[in-house]
Amino acid sequence: MADRKIRILLAKPGLDGHDRGARVLARTFRDAGFEVIYTGCHQTPEQIVGAAIQEDVDMVGLSCLSGAHRYLFPAVAQQLQEQGAADITVVGGGIIPEQDMQPLYDAGLKALFTPGATLDSIVDWINENIKPRV
Amino acid sequence: MFTEELLDKSSTMRKKWEDEVKKTVAKHADQKEKWTTVSDLEIKRLYGPEDIKNMDFEKDIGYPGQYPYLRGNQVTGYRGKYWTFRMFAGMGSAEETNNRWHYLLNSGQTGLSTAFDFPTLMGYDTDSPKARGECGKCGVAIDTIDDFFALIKGIPLANITTSMTINPPATALWAMYCAAAEIQGIPLTQIGGTIQNDMLKEFIAQKTLMCPPEPSVKLISDTVEFGTKYVPRWNTISISGYHIREAGATAVQELAFTLRDGMEYVEDVIKRKGLHVDEFAPRLSFFFNSHIDFFEEIAKLRAARRIWAKAMRERYGSTDERSWWMRFHTQTAGCSLTAQQPYNNVIRTATEALAAVLGGTQSLHTNSLDEVLCLPSDHAVQIALRTQQIIAEETGVINTIDPLAGSYFVEALTNEMEEKAWDYIHKIDDMGGMVKAIEKGFPQMEISDAAYKYQRQIDSGEKVMIGINKYNTDEDVEIPFLEIDDSVEKEQIDRLNAVRRKRDSRKVRECLDDIRTACKKGENVMPYCIEAVKSYCSVQEICDVYREVYGEYRDPGMY
Amino acid sequence: MEELGKRAMAGDIRAASRLIRNIEDDIPETNMAIRHIFPHTGKAHVVGITGSPGAGKSTITDQLIFTMRQREKTVGVLAVDPTSPFTGGALLGDRIRMLRHAEDKGVFVRSLATRGAMGGLSKAVGDGIHVLDVMGKDIILVETVGVGQQEVDIINHAHTVIVVLVPGMGDEVQAIKAGLMEIADIFVINKADRDGARKLYKETLNMLNSGHFPNGWRPPILMLESSLEPHSFAESVEKLCDKIDEHYKHLVENRQLQERAIRKVITEMNDALRSAILEPVLNELAATGEFDSMVKKLVEKETDPYTLAEEVSRKYMSK
Repeated sequence: MADRKIRILLAKPGLDGHDRGARVLARTFRDAGFEVIYTGCHQTPEQIVGAAIQEDVDMVGLSCLSGAHRYLFPAVAQQLQEQGAADITVVGGGIIPEQDMQPLYDAGLKALFTPGATLDSIVDWINENIKPRV
Repeated sequence: MFTEELLDKSSTMRKKWEDEVKKTVAKHADQKEKWTTVSDLEIKRLYGPEDIKNMDFEKDIGYPGQYPYLRGNQVTGYRGKYWTFRMFAGMGSAEETNNRWHYLLNSGQTGLSTAFDFPTLMGYDTDSPKARGECGKCGVAIDTIDDFFALIKGIPLANITTSMTINPPATALWAMYCAAAEIQGIPLTQIGGTIQNDMLKEFIAQKTLMCPPEPSVKLISDTVEFGTKYVPRWNTISISGYHIREAGATAVQELAFTLRDGMEYVEDVIKRKGLHVDEFAPRLSFFFNSHIDFFEEIAKLRAARRIWAKAMRERYGSTDERSWWMRFHTQTAGCSLTAQQPYNNVIRTATEALAAVLGGTQSLHTNSLDEVLCLPSDHAVQIALRTQQIIAEETGVINTIDPLAGSYFVEALTNEMEEKAWDYIHKIDDMGGMVKAIEKGFPQMEISDAAYKYQRQIDSGEKVMIGINKYNTDEDVEIPFLEIDDSVEKEQIDRLNAVRRKRDSRKVRECLDDIRTACKKGENVMPYCIEAVKSYCSVQEICDVYREVYGEYRDPGMY
Repeated sequence: MEELGKRAMAGDIRAASRLIRNIEDDIPETNMAIRHIFPHTGKAHVVGITGSPGAGKSTITDQLIFTMRQREKTVGVLAVDPTSPFTGGALLGDRIRMLRHAEDKGVFVRSLATRGAMGGLSKAVGDGIHVLDVMGKDIILVETVGVGQQEVDIINHAHTVIVVLVPGMGDEVQAIKAGLMEIADIFVINKADRDGARKLYKETLNMLNSGHFPNGWRPPILMLESSLEPHSFAESVEKLCDKIDEHYKHLVENRQLQERAIRKVITEMNDALRSAILEPVLNELAATGEFDSMVKKLVEKETDPYTLAEEVSRKYMSK
């Protein structure tokens, strides 16, 4: 029987290795019934985009705590667009100052989760906003 | 510890108290059923003589400066000397960090501590494709010794100790410090400081990765050997639990994994370098987290000293008491801070700092209230430093040494932490040591489990974080932001290119070849690294040699 | 759907990955696409890699990709991880070991979850192989989940099966129990620097010595040094790659490729029949509530499963 599942790629772009949040989220997403591909630390935008397309995910979740999100998040969104995959939703999490948010939304990020966001609130957001594509 | 008579009396009195508790609880139930530490260790309502009756005063408690060092290394406690107020600092260009250092020294700080940016930490130059967007963001960018000269401008290397938080490229950065000292005419025997240089915790927790575990430990043993022979005032490893804790470990896990890491290094140096434990162990130092659970942290730090002393004497047959001292730096817990209601972080940090001091730390970094949000501003750093100064000079907690010793609760908790830590240590021994345990993913998975459990407890409200799951407010607090301009990256690349143009490229190649040969022959790389940085070889060029010879290690992503 | 098949054949990555997604999700129209590509399948060399979880399958797969790329072959990978039976979610973690190939256009890696459906995974893997095949991949590596029946099912889809064993995990016993020893074309003893590697080697050898090999291929046993010694690991994976090529050559020269192909189509036929005949019936029984009432009757011992099955087949099957 047809059984559409939400597929999510979780990645840590850049050089920062603080993956506590990403690891906790990977388990959370599994427990929420999603299929999660976690690509670990130290990914370039090119690697993340390549993996997202091959895995046909519905959403890419990026985590960055180093401050390099201003370059890395838009780079992922832009490369997805260039490769005809603008339908893959990109969201980000980490230490993202208020003034960086609008430029990231403008670059195509659909949601940003900052310190203190609960696991449930993130799962709820996904269930509301991400539909497995047909 | 106690006479039978006293224990009998206590037992009768305890019975009476327990009956009263039962009656009272029947009328007014406790606010919750289970009372636990932040690490989920269950705590009893009351501790008494029976909880520590098996302690042996001589063997388990003793006096300051005496085995097993439960009560501290220093015979005079903090009366002779406060702990070192050492604030971690680094951002943007070398000049900016140098300015911050001078500011801190002028504010009464007594030691320097360097934060490097991610490309430097990972052994990449600023112009590497992997470094895009990262330059100067979380620390200072150092590509060549040219940057290093700018970093230490006006800093008296002979009189001040410097800590460098650097891991995979530790040999390269330490070589720069040594080379800079030599060039300034300061003998290596006079310089003092610390390099973090602890790769095992990187595999376990922080994931600043370069080569596989085995050769990584080899490079670390090289620095220990070089330090022992030529730079005797330098701490060549800072065995770190801080990052293990920040990655989500419990206090016991932090304690156990950190100390087992330390034992792994000791064993490798003995085996690989043929040194006697007492030749190098006095220069090993540790670095712990101080989290929000006050007594758990105090107990952890006291237990750490006792475990290390026992391990050195009993496991490694050390006879020099300087090897038995566990010296450590402490940093308050970044992961305990909240972006919401950020001024509350001042109170958290103060509590954590107090625990570190009562636990007997030798050196302390207090986090700034804005560190969850951005790099700390000068003002926030000043409050954090003042927190330490208030504890040292106003509160009176340092008037007497180890004031909590003999407390039924604190001693019982200290014993419990020690016991649980040994259980882990023995388990890792059974796996064949820490490198093998890491290959199996054992510590990584233990931490992932703890982190996930804790996050679930926060989400359900079982554990409280004010501003996150209790007493939330909507108010927006304006925090002045320190931002690193993106132009730093371009300027740093220009500077690197200028260095590359003016240096002798044939000499660079020769130096890198020498390092390569040393790696292949299993020789100590340090002397070659010092020559290489003097010839303006970059951090990445040196690290690329390691990656080439030893292979590159990628995060196996255990969760 | 047919369009997706065409685009996948033309090398469109998005179309191919979408097609595999539809196969996994068991979208009925996907059959159209498979119909389109099926005649063009059968060119790739399919290699199954099986062994217990933690045996190092992904690390070996990663190094195999590297070696095969050096030999100028294009590579497709299907990596299977288990679905959580409690939540239906899955952590697909094999890919993380293969990330260095993420930007290589000659490599396509796809993670699949077992999803726990009856026969479903076998079908997804079988059809997934077809997609990678028509994308023009020379080699298709299928990394299995490491537990359960599916381990043995790999024999139905692969030309060459590699069984990975690790010392000190009781692997030999497990492998024998699971029937893995019979399906192996190549044995790999991974982490051979660990204690017990020689013992494991001897045990495997003894087992082979008591076996017979009617096809003329005696499975070799390769020892892989720890992946933490990159150079020796790379060298031993080169040897593994040679053995894989050798095995394929053996199949071709001894006309055994045909046997494997027959085995695959039989499996596919079975799967197709199940999804064309059995599943619609089951779905309808579930939708009408008949299934539940049959279960109830059985619990009450009013009838037996065979009688019920006959009733159902009389109702739905007309010759």
